[in-house]
Amino acid sequence: MLKISCPFCGPRNEVEFAHGGPLKDRRPENASPLEDQAWIEYLTVPQNPLGPVQERWWHVRGCGSWFTITRDTRSHDIIDNGNKS
Amino acid sequence: MQQYSIFSLARNALSGHQNWSRAWRSPPLKERYDVIIIGAGGHGLATAYYLAKNHGITNVAVLERGWLGGGNIARNTVTIRSNYMRDESIPFYVKSVKLYEGLTRELNYNLMYSKRSMIDVVQTYPKLREIKRRMFNGDLHGSVYERINVDELRRRIPPLTGGGPDSRLPIIAGMVHPSAAVCRHDAVAWSYARAADDRGVEIHQNTEVMKLLRDANSGRISGVETSRGNIYADKVAVVVSGHTTSITDTIDLKLPIKSFNLTAFVSEPVKPIIDVVVNCPDIGVYLSQSDKGELVIGGAPDAGQSFRRDIKQHVFEDSVCSLLELFPAFKRLKLMRQWGGTLDIAHDATPIVSQTDIQGLYVSAGWWGGFKAVPAGGYTLAHLIAKNEPHQLAAPFTLDRFKRLDFILEAGTTTVT
Repeated sequence: MLKISCPFCGPRNEVEFAHGGPLKDRRPENASPLEDQAWIEYLTVPQNPLGPVQERWWHVRGCGSWFTITRDTRSHDIIDNGNKS
Repeated sequence: MQQYSIFSLARNALSGHQNWSRAWRSPPLKERYDVIIIGAGGHGLATAYYLAKNHGITNVAVLERGWLGGGNIARNTVTIRSNYMRDESIPFYVKSVKLYEGLTRELNYNLMYSKRSMIDVVQTYPKLREIKRRMFNGDLHGSVYERINVDELRRRIPPLTGGGPDSRLPIIAGMVHPSAAVCRHDAVAWSYARAADDRGVEIHQNTEVMKLLRDANSGRISGVETSRGNIYADKVAVVVSGHTTSITDTIDLKLPIKSFNLTAFVSEPVKPIIDVVVNCPDIGVYLSQSDKGELVIGGAPDAGQSFRRDIKQHVFEDSVCSLLELFPAFKRLKLMRQWGGTLDIAHDATPIVSQTDIQGLYVSAGWWGGFKAVPAGGYTLAHLIAKNEPHQLAAPFTLDRFKRLDFILEAGTTTVT
């Protein structure tokens, strides 16, 4: 059971959250000058590392905050809990 | 290849079983092969077998970082079926189911193959509509999926006593897929390995691929760097399921794949009580009973990408609670073993069987439940490697579809999610 630190509520069990997928790159401001390859990669290729991944979580059974943490996909250690303080 | 039969069993019993020949060799590693297959799992070994059998390509090395068949082929819940959603997918799985039917005979190995049927227990109307749509699509492609009423469903699954009118989600209907089967998953790996080895394929365990190697001039694939040195080949296939991106990342090849942990567990062996594969998509659990009597039970994947292959207690408890909602009698079952496996899913939940932008590099990934696909996956990947043209059944599964943003959306037909 992951203990995830919600920025508003503090550490809560993972069952209170919904996983929002790995963090995506910022959406390109202007799609047209981009090569097709770059646009397709933006749309379809996620981070999938054997190690730290940045991912989004949604405190759906709590305050409803969305935030980003960095978690190791092998050990499940949360390296960066994304909280400002 | 030593033929297994009642006669060879009797003969060997007389000599105290001291004279069985090895099922596969451990030959010395060469420096070069025609084809390197990374991953001695279900798909990797099946591919090696069909390369040798269908295409006469035998100068093949299958490289496995761990032990043969120790990956997902050892960890799955053994369901063989073809009740998918998309026109592009169903014929492929129909072929795989058909290949499984004849596999014991073809490979001369007892796969303990048992045709069971699969029954979906439907508890919500959206799910019923979705499954009916799959039923109609299945009709178009020779995959039977038929509706039954609740009485018939209970008749076929006697221990399913929950889900009555006063329950949280009363059962509405059932859907039967008669060609669903189960078999002994380890036997699938071992039988393909033995048959491939017999035809000259080399299987190298404890040989980890650290990275893919490219030719400095042409950029094509030239081989692999392993824990036992470099091995060269003009054709390299990555067939490692969950860890696919770990290997393709070594040459910056970007694939639309994410890896998750899926867990399963078995009960103690009990007397025959369920003879079908039961799937409960609305509450997130599925089960079948093995020929040994164990109930093999699975649920939803863990949240968040993972390579840890272990059990989270709350996921385990969720699956058990769902199970007991419909099967209250199972409260008394002792659960014996739990485990996890790393499954990879592509962006559109449809598999990838493809050449890549790097000449000579092939990928088979994104199966998200690839046990049922092992024979057809190996058959079509072997065809692709041998001819550099996709087999018709797997032609929709190439990476080209992503270049056209032409997704084949299969969510809902693979595992529980």
